Amino acid sequence: MSITEQRPIISKLEQQELRRLLAENRRIDGRSPLQYRNISVQLGYVEKAEGSALVELGNTKVLAAVKIGIAVPFADTPNEGILIVNAELVPLASPTFEPGPPSEESISLSRYVDRSIRESKSIDLSSLCIVPGRSVYSLYVDLYILDYDGNLIDASVIASVNALGITNMPRYVVEGQAIKKTDEYFKLELKDHPVSLTYAFLDDKYVVDPCLSEEYASDFTVSMTVKSDDRFCAIQKNGGGMISPRRVIELLDRSVELGKELRTVAYRQLTSGNG
Amino acid sequence: MGEKIVLFSEDGKRSDGRGLDELRPIRIKVGVLSNAQGSAYIEQGKNKILAAVYGPKEALPKHISLPDRCILRCRYHMAPFSTTERKSPAPSRREIELSMVLRNALEPLVMTSLFPRTVIDIFIEVLQADGGTRCAGLTAAVLALADAGIPLRGLAAACAVGKADGKIVVDLNDLEDKYGEADMPVAYNPTLDGITLLQMDGIMSKEEVEQALSLAITATQKMHKMQVDALRERFSVQRREV
Repeated sequence: MSITEQRPIISKLEQQELRRLLAENRRIDGRSPLQYRNISVQLGYVEKAEGSALVELGNTKVLAAVKIGIAVPFADTPNEGILIVNAELVPLASPTFEPGPPSEESISLSRYVDRSIRESKSIDLSSLCIVPGRSVYSLYVDLYILDYDGNLIDASVIASVNALGITNMPRYVVEGQAIKKTDEYFKLELKDHPVSLTYAFLDDKYVVDPCLSEEYASDFTVSMTVKSDDRFCAIQKNGGGMISPRRVIELLDRSVELGKELRTVAYRQLTSGNG
Repeated sequence: MGEKIVLFSEDGKRSDGRGLDELRPIRIKVGVLSNAQGSAYIEQGKNKILAAVYGPKEALPKHISLPDRCILRCRYHMAPFSTTERKSPAPSRREIELSMVLRNALEPLVMTSLFPRTVIDIFIEVLQADGGTRCAGLTAAVLALADAGIPLRGLAAACAVGKADGKIVVDLNDLEDKYGEADMPVAYNPTLDGITLLQMDGIMSKEEVEQALSLAITATQKMHKMQVDALRERFSVQRREV
């Protein structure tokens, strides 16, 4: 059962300050409402993983790592590789993260990232079949949230795409009935560079890339994932509150615009050929 | 796979004979369960969904309660026999996410500050699934809340819109949901002009999302009228009995 979340108490003073500043188009950390925080990307952070990236978005830290294996394909997609995204809200990242089975927050985060990658067709799963109906590649993208200062969704999408962008796939060969791993590797082809943009709404104002206190003070957030061709592949409203249709359309325009900028920054190393 | 799934017939009609902006047949009944404070049943196409509301009641254990308002607990669940392949009755990741999304969609409708320290339980049980269950479930859950006499800011109805074979369509059926290009569930409250549930997966351009959104609003306005009629039917019967 999903229960109304108990947000950590943020002082009335801070709430008022956030809203007062926003009325003047300012924010608590000095940004303007549509300004993204600085992003740093460290590719190949985990050497044991076939692909990985550590992304810092302000103080938010997300480590994404890709592990490759082979698996039996799903019955309805016998010719397609398997993509599984999992998010761990590691307890050391925040006092609100607790050990135990995945929370609905972590499930919803990983499902959103999954949709962003899958629906954008960033990975051509049909190219990851070894023996139809029997054996396909499995791609596990594990997201590790290491420090939480808001906007996990955008940081997680950036980390996952970067990690997939440098993933080296071990080559498997079919020998009679057996499937053997060789010492050879080939590069996983990344077909798109989707970015997610998350907006937090405070009363009738909104900010992009909310920091933690903005997220806590907000009524709800809306995330939109934009592909390289400016089309959308995932949208989700999180949290209570209502948004007018006019506002949704405004966000679509904003996302196309801001998405271009964010994509260049977030995937600079992939596109410059360092990947 | 292999064979091409046909979503549109040659005369442009959808696989179930509908036009692009046509809803499936909808039947709604309010007050169908005897123990729940409020309940509703909806049939939309082949969907059969029950919603029940218990509460407001004391929130136990106490630490889950909030001093200034009531909390909502929501469970969206699909019966094992509701789908073609049997579904395990244990809650899937999808059901956990949808329970949260539905709670988020219902919460802004309820005047929660009237009932501090209490809890309202909302159960949505999908008996037969035919695409668009979260939307039909929400439409029923709102009525169950109203049936329970819980003060609401307004009703909301939900409908999935999306893209199938390049066309923007309303109220996706199972086939269009599975083989179409995009699916966008929307819950809308026409009196406050507010969207309380918005999700999208699949690929649509900005213009297509805009078009889908406006179709969703027209469709949910139609459904809003059906909701009002269903409530009227429920309570006019009671008046006659008095």
